[in-house]
Amino acid sequence: MTKKIKNLNLNFGPQHPAAHGVLRLILELDGEIVEKADPHIGLLHRGTEKLIENKTYMQAVPYFDRLDYVAPMNQEHAFALAVEKILKIDVPIRGQYIRVIFCEIGRILSHILNVTTQAMDVGALTPTLWGFEEREKLMGFYERVSGSRLHANYFRAGGVHQDFPQGLEEDIATFCETFPKIINDLESLLTDNRIFKQRNVDIGVVSKQDALDYSFSGVMIRGSGVPWDLRKSQPYDCYKEIDFNIPVGKNGDCYDRYLCRIEEMKESVSIIKQCLSKMEKGPVKSLDGKISPPPKKDIKQSMEALIHHFKLFTEGYRVPNDEIYTAVEAPKGEFGVYLISDGSSKPYKCKIRAPGFSHLQSMDYLIKGHMLADVPAVLGSLDIVFGEVDR
Amino acid sequence: MNNLENLEKKINSELNTKINKTEIKHNQVYIEIDKEDFIDVTLFLKTNNDTKFRQLIDITVVDFPERDQRFSLVYLFLSHEFNQRVVLKYSISENEVIPSLTSIFPSANWMEREVFDMYGVSFKDHPDLRRILTDYGFEGHPLRKDFPLTGHTEVRYSEDKKKVISEPVKLEQNFRNFDYESPWEGTKYIQEEIDINDKKN
Repeated sequence: MTKKIKNLNLNFGPQHPAAHGVLRLILELDGEIVEKADPHIGLLHRGTEKLIENKTYMQAVPYFDRLDYVAPMNQEHAFALAVEKILKIDVPIRGQYIRVIFCEIGRILSHILNVTTQAMDVGALTPTLWGFEEREKLMGFYERVSGSRLHANYFRAGGVHQDFPQGLEEDIATFCETFPKIINDLESLLTDNRIFKQRNVDIGVVSKQDALDYSFSGVMIRGSGVPWDLRKSQPYDCYKEIDFNIPVGKNGDCYDRYLCRIEEMKESVSIIKQCLSKMEKGPVKSLDGKISPPPKKDIKQSMEALIHHFKLFTEGYRVPNDEIYTAVEAPKGEFGVYLISDGSSKPYKCKIRAPGFSHLQSMDYLIKGHMLADVPAVLGSLDIVFGEVDR
Repeated sequence: MNNLENLEKKINSELNTKINKTEIKHNQVYIEIDKEDFIDVTLFLKTNNDTKFRQLIDITVVDFPERDQRFSLVYLFLSHEFNQRVVLKYSISENEVIPSLTSIFPSANWMEREVFDMYGVSFKDHPDLRRILTDYGFEGHPLRKDFPLTGHTEVRYSEDKKKVISEPVKLEQNFRNFDYESPWEGTKYIQEEIDINDKKN
């Protein structure tokens, strides 16, 4: 007598702590082996692109904070660069350094979150507690410069909203001295940890060819041994004046991606240090009154400044007819903005290219043949944040 | 290709009948083609040894409701070898079905599903053309220009039926879309004076 065995369909998420947000994953299981994974996304879809079409360029910036909400300023950067290129305006050098410092802070924020929660997914709780203490300090920097810990709304086309408050440079420098020790502490918990390695080595292996085929970018492609980093290959702002290395992996598995992220945090600290030492006093945003609002002091005395202020915050600035795709190396990969302007003060179309979208798409191919317990490990190393996947 | 000018020349000479227009701006090559030549041009860009655009970055659509060919399809490609980007575009009218890229680039799968979801453009030979970002049972295509910003329906939890129900949107206050557009460059003679000053400097 033969008995027919039917595959089991398992619904994973959307309210599961290891789903990293609101991912609903329909898994088809043969025993404990995953045969097929069908991610259902869109549970956090807010229609960002539609909303941006109905807002002025300056009002669009806060929407970018809400995409990848663990590294908000990196997203703003892509949009600011796109608008700057169409308007053909230059950013003062101090503004560029400030933007790079905060992009690297964003990278550290994102990598701490990812590395520690990935560790938590495979059973280690302590790294999260240690790492989040550092994130708290970094969000403190965000708050001091922009007024909010997460949704900064700090970058503008033409520079940043305002200069550093007093003492911030010194405090970031102090952080750069103390943080490497924390990375070492995290590494001492994880890098040679037997359980962590058993759960990550040779899991979710991505070959070079597949990384290209599935539109991978960022750590996902570097983990597979492709030294591709937009900060080096298509440098924007002042990255070309800064000396840094690109860590690449060898095997393309979850463990190599973890190692890449750890090394990238060390590089980020070195980039921040270099920026702090090179930075000089000066303006932080474009001095063109038609683009950046005047200082509050001037509004009280200058009629022109008052008019500029009024027009910028009602109509906004107009952007000539053009189309552009700009990408930045966000912590998760290539984050791009495809912007079409039509000469009015609102974008005609703003398509957001989120790295997590194409990474999550490969879930089916990555997890096929793995055990059910590997799903959180692979998901963790993909570095998914639903704010950007669902947009 | 070592630089964008050579790349543009190469594309124009190898595919001359299939290319409508090429242009270099913002460090990228913008190529306009017809729908019929799309697969050929993509295969050429991907496989030719002088182009090697082996990564599909994104697919999107721009909606121009006033045009006959309403949708403009936009494909972004990246070549790691030559560190170059191209933007490939073609236009279609509303009910046209277009070929899917999934057999050439596996990552096109979700991107095409998103285009289908947001604009209602259908793809031929797509393995799994379902909605992706909007809710289960959603109607309409949100990124079309004629879709209202507030949408048509809203959802809430109904205490009577003990489930989430969707009903037509009721707004306490309409979306306030003020028209601020007005000339603020100053009157014409001031603009002329500025131009003269600019020339002097």
